[in-house]
Amino acid sequence: MDVSNTHLLDEAVVTTTIDAVINWGREASLWPFVFGTACCAIEFMSTAASRYDISRFGAEVLRFSPRHADLLVVAGTISYKQAPILKQIYDQMPEPKWVIAVGACASTGGFYDNYTTLQGIDEIVPVDVYVAGCPPRPEAIIDAILDIQRQLKREKSFEVRNTEFKGKLDDA
Amino acid sequence: MLNTPIILQSSELFQTITHAKNVLGFTLLLDITAIDNLHKKRPASTRFELVYILRHAAFKETLLYKVSVADETLGVESISSLFGSAEWAEREVYDQYGIHFINHPMLKRVLNHMQFVGHPLRKDYTITKGQYCTSSQDLMDEMKPLLKHRNLDLNNDNLMVVNLGPSHPASHGTIRTLAALDGETIVAAAAEIGYLHRGFEKSCENHNYNQIIPYTDRLNYCSAIMNNIAFAKTVEEMMGITLPERGIYIRIIVAELSRVIDHLVCLAAGLLDMGGQTNYWYLYNPRDNAYDFLSKLTGARLTNSYMRIGGMAHDLYEGWEGDLRDVLTKIDFGITESLKMITHNRIFNDRLQNISPVSAKQAIDYGFTGPNLRASGVAYDLRFAKPYYGYETFDFDMVIGSVGDTYDRMMVRFDEMNESMKIIRQAMSRIPDGDINVNDRRITMPAKGCVYGGIEDMMNQFKLVIEGVHVPKGEHYGSFEAANGELGFYIVSDGSGTPYKVKVRPPSFYHMAAYPKIIENYQVADAILTLGSLNIIAGEMDR
Repeated sequence: MDVSNTHLLDEAVVTTTIDAVINWGREASLWPFVFGTACCAIEFMSTAASRYDISRFGAEVLRFSPRHADLLVVAGTISYKQAPILKQIYDQMPEPKWVIAVGACASTGGFYDNYTTLQGIDEIVPVDVYVAGCPPRPEAIIDAILDIQRQLKREKSFEVRNTEFKGKLDDA
Repeated sequence: MLNTPIILQSSELFQTITHAKNVLGFTLLLDITAIDNLHKKRPASTRFELVYILRHAAFKETLLYKVSVADETLGVESISSLFGSAEWAEREVYDQYGIHFINHPMLKRVLNHMQFVGHPLRKDYTITKGQYCTSSQDLMDEMKPLLKHRNLDLNNDNLMVVNLGPSHPASHGTIRTLAALDGETIVAAAAEIGYLHRGFEKSCENHNYNQIIPYTDRLNYCSAIMNNIAFAKTVEEMMGITLPERGIYIRIIVAELSRVIDHLVCLAAGLLDMGGQTNYWYLYNPRDNAYDFLSKLTGARLTNSYMRIGGMAHDLYEGWEGDLRDVLTKIDFGITESLKMITHNRIFNDRLQNISPVSAKQAIDYGFTGPNLRASGVAYDLRFAKPYYGYETFDFDMVIGSVGDTYDRMMVRFDEMNESMKIIRQAMSRIPDGDINVNDRRITMPAKGCVYGGIEDMMNQFKLVIEGVHVPKGEHYGSFEAANGELGFYIVSDGSGTPYKVKVRPPSFYHMAAYPKIIENYQVADAILTLGSLNIIAGEMDR
């Protein structure tokens, strides 16, 4: 097609669905809130730095207010003391929102099977992608972001997610 | 030589420690911890004993006192009036063991949450018994006395109270500071830690010595190998073994490289906090090059678990010199470029100089060690004061500041990286050939090939894996100059393959205890940079 001929584009019509358009937009503009607590947060720093460069996947706009973010990246060990804060931050994020549990601790408590460590953040908040590793390499964190992108493409864009979820700290 | 404690009666504790401080000159309180004798085979007269670790003003001698606690609910006299660092140390003992301290200004939990019931480091507390926490404390119990002391009132003086953290981009992890503000100026502050308490010390009591190595990685995760070495070195001292020359050189090389990359991440993040993002790229990217070298060497980028009791996992790989030299060149370049942007930079100087200065006397009182203490002008570095691994044979300088402000704390780190690289280059040229591990089948693993081929080696391997390395009965405090300061391990062994008790002396814990005091009368934006310059690593602070 000769693009210099603007006349042709003027009359162009594309048919699609609302979901496809909205999800296409969302997919490449995830705004992560990094709930970094421990070693995994250092690997997240590498993911954001120039070599791995998270911006190649449209997720470099790191937000430090949960109210601006739609992707919660939990990077590090969550203790029982930290759990209510994690839940508060999750609750403050507007819908739709996705959660990545980065590393063994956030996914399962890791090798901290003890009195102070929460045995996986999915006791408190719903998790969409778990990343293995202690800590995972930056490639694995990027892979999790791509996974979220694949997931959200299949979702209904106006539906509220995870209405069924009931965490340990949610009121009975 | 082992550091064995002197036994004291609890009635004479306060007097003896006063004497040790004022007359004998033991001015630096390193740590306070307790031992629960419940599971000891031959129990001591009382269930709990307290251990006080002090260091002489000339930094060569260490003094350990041990006190029997007749009744933990009555407790012993607090020494927080003598040492600023004792305040949090005693709070931790109270939190973990439930031992009371008489006349302590604010005896409450420090690591575990406020709804926690029981004391986890007691031997009768089940390790896996977790307790959910539903809300955080408001910290007003600490803030109100602080304000009252300054004749201030929240409402009448129109003060605003804000939380910096525990989830804050510039809190470098999970640290919470509650600050009362008059405009932008902090008039009073209180800190809360423990958000990353991961039960390191309890986990140690359930694992054998080599299994603890991966846990030590995650203390200061910015320089993981250094923690490995500090722990292995302490255990080796208890066993009375020395590594072959080559093993020691490898330890020096990887330790100094770890110091460099630790300082790199501290400075990169600190400069990012003040808006110098370009510095972040220049300083952080060489860290990735160092990771390449470390992952080639150990198989992991960050948490390397490279050391073992009596040596290390394996020797250096073929061609390591070229790779390491390349990494050093890249780090050099990053430092030079970053310094070009900040030296004589008006914004950098104005924002850092004379901000939150800590005098030498204060720093010792707070229990500062490492670069933060040296920034205050105290010439204390364990590599000079009590050289180990032959550090005295290397040509390098101790970097010392003068004012102890945020500027000094950052610049000391910049210069220390160059000194560390000097050490690495010397060690690379001098490293001998030969064994890396202690050649004793009770301590180190036989070669994998022999395990499959011979019954004796197979049995050795089995015993080491199942029972672990047996450490002679006794107790010892071993110290190591880590990137952030003196990293110490106080280990009690009952002669088995699992430690009876391990206590970490974390440098960041004491730096953090001082933080709310030193940010007073400075602005919020200064407090962020001060926190960055102290390089608080939550992993080792909260353990």
